[in-house]
Amino acid sequence: MSSNINWAAIDRDPRFQALHKRKTTFLWSLMAISTIYYFLLPIGAAYYPELFKIKVWGPMNVGILFALSEFIVAWTIAAIYARRANRDFDAMAAEIVRDSSLIK
Amino acid sequence: MKKTFWAGSIALLLGLLASQTAFAEGGAVADKFKWLTFLVFGLIIGMTMYVTYRAAKQTSSAADFYAAGRSVTGIQNGWAIAGDYLSAASFLGIAGLISLYGYDGFMYSVGWLVAYITVLLVIAEPCRNIGKYTLGDILAFRNNPKASKVVAAISTVTVSTFYLTAQMVGGGVLVKTLIGIDYEVSVIAVGILMLTYVVFGGMKATTWVQIIKAILLVTASILLVVFTWGQYGFSFPGFLQAAVDNPDIQKQVAKLIGDAATNMTPAELGQRFLEPGLYLKSPIDQISLGMALVLGTAGMPHILMRFFTVPTAQDARTSVIWAMAIIGGFYVLTLFLGLGAAMNVTPNAIMALDKGGNMAAPLLAQFVGGGADSYLGNLFLAFVSAVAFATIVAVVAGLVLASASAMSHDLYVGVIRGEHATAKEQITAARVATVIVGALAIYVGIAAKGQNVAHLVALAFAVAASSNLPAVFLTLYWKKANTYGIVGGMLAGAGSAILLVMLSPNMTYPLAKLADAKKVLEGTPLVVAKEAAPAQWGFSCELFADAACKKEVKAAPEKPAVPGAKEKLAKAQADLATLTDDAAKAAKTKEIAGLEKSITAAEGDLKKFEGQTTSMMGLEKPWFMLKNPGLLSIPIGFLVTILLSLFTRDRRSDEMWDELYVRQNTGINAEGAQAH
Repeated sequence: MSSNINWAAIDRDPRFQALHKRKTTFLWSLMAISTIYYFLLPIGAAYYPELFKIKVWGPMNVGILFALSEFIVAWTIAAIYARRANRDFDAMAAEIVRDSSLIK
Repeated sequence: MKKTFWAGSIALLLGLLASQTAFAEGGAVADKFKWLTFLVFGLIIGMTMYVTYRAAKQTSSAADFYAAGRSVTGIQNGWAIAGDYLSAASFLGIAGLISLYGYDGFMYSVGWLVAYITVLLVIAEPCRNIGKYTLGDILAFRNNPKASKVVAAISTVTVSTFYLTAQMVGGGVLVKTLIGIDYEVSVIAVGILMLTYVVFGGMKATTWVQIIKAILLVTASILLVVFTWGQYGFSFPGFLQAAVDNPDIQKQVAKLIGDAATNMTPAELGQRFLEPGLYLKSPIDQISLGMALVLGTAGMPHILMRFFTVPTAQDARTSVIWAMAIIGGFYVLTLFLGLGAAMNVTPNAIMALDKGGNMAAPLLAQFVGGGADSYLGNLFLAFVSAVAFATIVAVVAGLVLASASAMSHDLYVGVIRGEHATAKEQITAARVATVIVGALAIYVGIAAKGQNVAHLVALAFAVAASSNLPAVFLTLYWKKANTYGIVGGMLAGAGSAILLVMLSPNMTYPLAKLADAKKVLEGTPLVVAKEAAPAQWGFSCELFADAACKKEVKAAPEKPAVPGAKEKLAKAQADLATLTDDAAKAAKTKEIAGLEKSITAAEGDLKKFEGQTTSMMGLEKPWFMLKNPGLLSIPIGFLVTILLSLFTRDRRSDEMWDELYVRQNTGINAEGAQAH
């Protein structure tokens, strides 16, 4: 099978280029958001402790809420990615796979 | 095969029976209840043995042994990844940190979950699409196969060994603390049990052991949380308020912050437990660790290997989503476990058994069941301990499998035999390598007895983040990456991480140890009043030792001398003679025993380090100031890979780019599932 496939041609194929472009922008924006949001936690705890100490609901303070929000954000990013990949990327890839031996 | 399996199992059972005779006095479980512990341990081990027996019957090819025949479903693999990750360090360690230091312990757990975003977005699916069994296979796709397999194998074995040693030592200590089995015996038991899983059942058995263990672990934690949180009607603020009002937590905070506690009300002290800064003091070190976690997890060989066990890239995606749900949910539970243990067991009682707090969750289980004198309490304790034990065995099994596959598949089959090995030869090589690595793990575990190995886990992540991750990442996504860059970058990344740790405060510095011991014995002399002085402090002061760096000095009044343990002991003994009340006498006797213990420890240190002035690297004090090297070693790994790739040419790396990039995105020609 592999001898029939012209990899360079697939790489040049507009459908593959479209998949590559959409995936790249999408992945890197998610990655950047999650990394920045994560590092805000240790930075905030170290340099803005007064902010973290503000009580919002009984003894619950901004720090605890923020740490809990890290979990929510991580899960949300994972869910957004999975949804998008299942709906769009898989279908785009499947089309390329189906025609892979024809693209020359 | 079948015969050898049962012979092995019988030998193991005999070994465990023999270990019962090796029982020393002590441990968290009273002698009266130890049979209960053995019953629960026996049941859980029996269950994993049955799974191994079933798996052994289906393990006949290299793909079965290394990748469970690529027949694991996404959900199953998600549980197995969670099992791999919720090692004793995170299960016992994080609950312990929260029970002793409150907020900081919880904050520490966040990075372990966020790490999976990297795995999900950039590593899991491409690796499944182009990989076969090992890290080496991914790198060899477009780089020189022999060179990249050798360096991948070195890196895999290095990372696994660091992580493995920490697990072995942790496991030995854990079992000894809980039920009092000798350290050596429990290390050997962990080793033999793990070898049985891997040698006979390969990846299939290892996966199922992880799944069983993860389910037990999550069940145990949910039960504990229901009991502890239920007391407060499942109200979150109510639960936190109870922690704030708890006098034992207030006492713990007062102890942690020292002088600053004098002007605080009990309510303020309790609230302080929910605020940052009690454990993690250096923000830069924190960020450095965060980098190692977020990038290192994706480079851990035993995690990477998990993605080769599922049939397709879509299943790899599903497995990370499940793993994130389980791991994240678990860390949220540890907040309740940790605070619950602090309230109900008290930080003092937790530290009395283990200074690092590792016993918080097991002790909470004992409390929830009715305490140290009840059957139910000890049954719960036995259950949590058995799960913790199974955790260590299963994580070690995964690591040994990763190292063994690097040795047999990458080095033996790939490099020595030049890919010309029969199927039978391949699986034999895998089993032989497993036994070698396993024996080595047992040896290292025993040799490292009594050593401080906590930093080895962080070092394993740092090496994975500085060496494996840049190599995999740039191979997958950067067209210009080539063999020279990958090999050079991996060596530079791993080398710099290890070197920086050897120059860091993680090592033992005899002068500091001697001074500490002396302080314990003699106390501290009077400290004269200080005048304020400005800081001479820059970013480089956070990283490197430099005589020109001076922290800001605040004006402080004179501090009186503090007596040492020797002086305190003499006074306590004199006091004891004058006491008549029984309760007061008992308290004094306890205090004397504690003082004598710290004197013996300090005198032991004085003797041990007598005449030494420098660490094993010849330093009197640390040169690199961070405990976690990632902040520097990760950029070094990336930079060296990029620079070497830019200044060299490698035709194969260029030619294979199109194929790699198309295949990693589409899954064309990916290694398929095997039917049984």
